[in-house]
Amino acid sequence: MISTWNTPPLDGRPAREELLLAFDRGRQARVLVCPAWFDEANKLRRFTVEVMRRLDRAGIDALLPDLPGCNESIAPLQDQTLAGWRSHMAVASESLRATHALAIRAGALVAPAGLPGWHYATQSGPKLLRGMLRARVIAAREAGISETSERLMEEGRSRGLVLGGWALGPTMIRALESAEPALAPGQSDIAQSALGGPGLWLRADPDEDAGQADRLAAMIAQSLAESMA
Amino acid sequence: MTSFAHIDSAEGEAALDRELKSLIADVLGLDPAQAAAFDADSGLFGHLPELDSMAVAGLLTEMEDRLGIVIEDDDVDGEMLETYGALRAFALSKLEPR
Repeated sequence: MISTWNTPPLDGRPAREELLLAFDRGRQARVLVCPAWFDEANKLRRFTVEVMRRLDRAGIDALLPDLPGCNESIAPLQDQTLAGWRSHMAVASESLRATHALAIRAGALVAPAGLPGWHYATQSGPKLLRGMLRARVIAAREAGISETSERLMEEGRSRGLVLGGWALGPTMIRALESAEPALAPGQSDIAQSALGGPGLWLRADPDEDAGQADRLAAMIAQSLAESMA
Repeated sequence: MTSFAHIDSAEGEAALDRELKSLIADVLGLDPAQAAAFDADSGLFGHLPELDSMAVAGLLTEMEDRLGIVIEDDDVDGEMLETYGALRAFALSKLEPR
């Protein structure tokens, strides 16, 4: 279940190994999972893996590669860029021989356009930044420091920013300001309302919901059965 | 999304009340019945341990999405988040026809 994948050399940085969580039994359908980002990644980690377990039980391979800078990666997060993550996800898709992609929240921003699949409860770059900036401004205010989102963004565009403990580089911040998820041919949206319940990324503390995981996995399995019939 | 464009009616206010309570329940993972029992004096920020700065940010973003309002940095202060009544009054002020 725990494995690794090799990232390509990029922007003068060497190739390296990143973690891969995989239910890989060499089956016909292989779903690449592009997970949620940052704080939402933590809130949705269990949900994500619960969906993968259900796909596995339904006879579908599910592959969750860590991107550089995330989780156990030794690559610094502040060096990562949106374009870099996109190309890493495309390489992962090829080297893992993925046939489909399941993108979760901001994961839709890096979902390989060449794979059919699903975008679950997509999150745009501007909204992601807005939420993280707001959390920082509120935390600063509690500490008696006066900051504004506008001034922080100015700083972020030129020097990068630490938001909610996540160190984002200036290139990443500038790209996120206008990054909107887009559906490529063969990809479709799955809205949170289709899962019957509030999104787990909203929760103040990480939680799980077996019913929601059941429904998302069932929708994917059904969609795959229809497309591969 | 429910439309709260015409909030200047008793039904509009009741709809806002339901939406706001369900939103707080979603963010804090509360039993909907517990949130439904909130009154104007029910304590929020500083009273509910789940409501830290990240959760407040999530709550405000969700209010923007579901109520169709824009919340500026300057709008956010301790008072508006202290009680359910204060948060509701804030949402109402953002929705009032000008």
